[in-house]
Amino acid sequence: MREMAGLDEGTPLFVQVAERLAADIADGGLAEGERVPSTNELAAFYRINPATAAKGINVLTDDGLLEKRRGIGMFVTDGARATLLARRRAEFTERYVRPLRTEATRLGMGTDELIALVRDTSDEPRGVRL
Amino acid sequence: MTPVISVSGLTRRYPDHVALRDVSIEIAGGTITGLLGRNGAGKTTLLRILAGQEFPSSGSVRVFGSPPAENENVLRRLVLVREDQAYPDFKAGHALRAASFFYPRWDAGLACSLIEDFGLRAGNSIKSLSRGQRSALGITIGLAARAEVTLFDEPYTGLDAVARQIFYDRLLADYSDFPRTVLLSTHLIDEAAALFENVVVIDRGRVALDATADGLRGMATTVSGPVLAVDSFTEGRPVWERRGLGSQASVVVLGQVSGEDRERARSLGLDLTPLSLQQLVVRAAGRPPGAGSLIERTSA
Repeated sequence: MREMAGLDEGTPLFVQVAERLAADIADGGLAEGERVPSTNELAAFYRINPATAAKGINVLTDDGLLEKRRGIGMFVTDGARATLLARRRAEFTERYVRPLRTEATRLGMGTDELIALVRDTSDEPRGVRL
Repeated sequence: MTPVISVSGLTRRYPDHVALRDVSIEIAGGTITGLLGRNGAGKTTLLRILAGQEFPSSGSVRVFGSPPAENENVLRRLVLVREDQAYPDFKAGHALRAASFFYPRWDAGLACSLIEDFGLRAGNSIKSLSRGQRSALGITIGLAARAEVTLFDEPYTGLDAVARQIFYDRLLADYSDFPRTVLLSTHLIDEAAALFENVVVIDRGRVALDATADGLRGMATTVSGPVLAVDSFTEGRPVWERRGLGSQASVVVLGQVSGEDRERARSLGLDLTPLSLQQLVVRAAGRPPGAGSLIERTSA
């Protein structure tokens, strides 16, 4: 498999490009008001077709997270980060809590045991607080 | 958009076999298309006909709106780089000079930087070059010609992985700056897949698949696990392939997998693995005619 800076071949590439950019905005790596890489820069970095990269950018533009400034390029809109973080919180239950419960049930762990585990691991400082 | 290449009902017969049967495709301008298929599927014949080096037995072939054969106006705007291209007995630099006279958009600076990247020497006679170096020369001509229609037919025989990466990167970079219509036939689908906007799969002379590359990614998923759970999950979905071993089954289903599906698979203890473009193409190219129709012309 050819290197594509971490993209995989099982999901549409434009979706993955959009997800990467959105994650970058949510994590603050791309600040509001900042210029995002051009289609050609993205194409060269991910080693993908420029039309595919453009489609990824279009997803975020349609979503109101990016805006075009004529002749200069694409920029992160004001409020983009807040929008993304709100969305991630809304998805948190479905993406993380429910799978956790499913697996715990499969292993025969009850709710109390799960809560205790969450509490225990919370004492260990992990991850980056945003 | 008007297609730059338009092929309709193309058949090419030889005394002993039929290379292409009723092939119809349209290639939009400013796109990179992967031309894929097994050995002997008809890819080279198709490219040679597009380049005017061979005639159709029947059907119509238009490049820039005209038949390409013996048509100088078309041929100067088109380049075909062949696997194991034969050259007259002269130096690499002479081949580049000849190409620079023929192709109106030739970029000598690009040619120089490519031969440097590939470690070619213009003063070497072509006969003394290795297969890989001859391929590098062909690729250099194909890219530096900047022809509006650029056809690569398995252009990298003998090139190592590093040189192939140079080819992919330089193709993308130059295509970004100077968009053109590129057809690339290759066996190395996994390597080249991300370059393609569209893919055309030829199987035994027929078009088996004609779709956007991104439309195909995630179009089929392998569901594997205990037979009963697999059967329950795949019920009512179009199944493309089924394999079993004892109590375990592995089934390829068509169609997008939703978040809900994922959750259900997880609770059933099933693994879901999306098929890569290469895995899809391998299946499309090995099927009886028409069987790939469920994912034909998937547009995005």
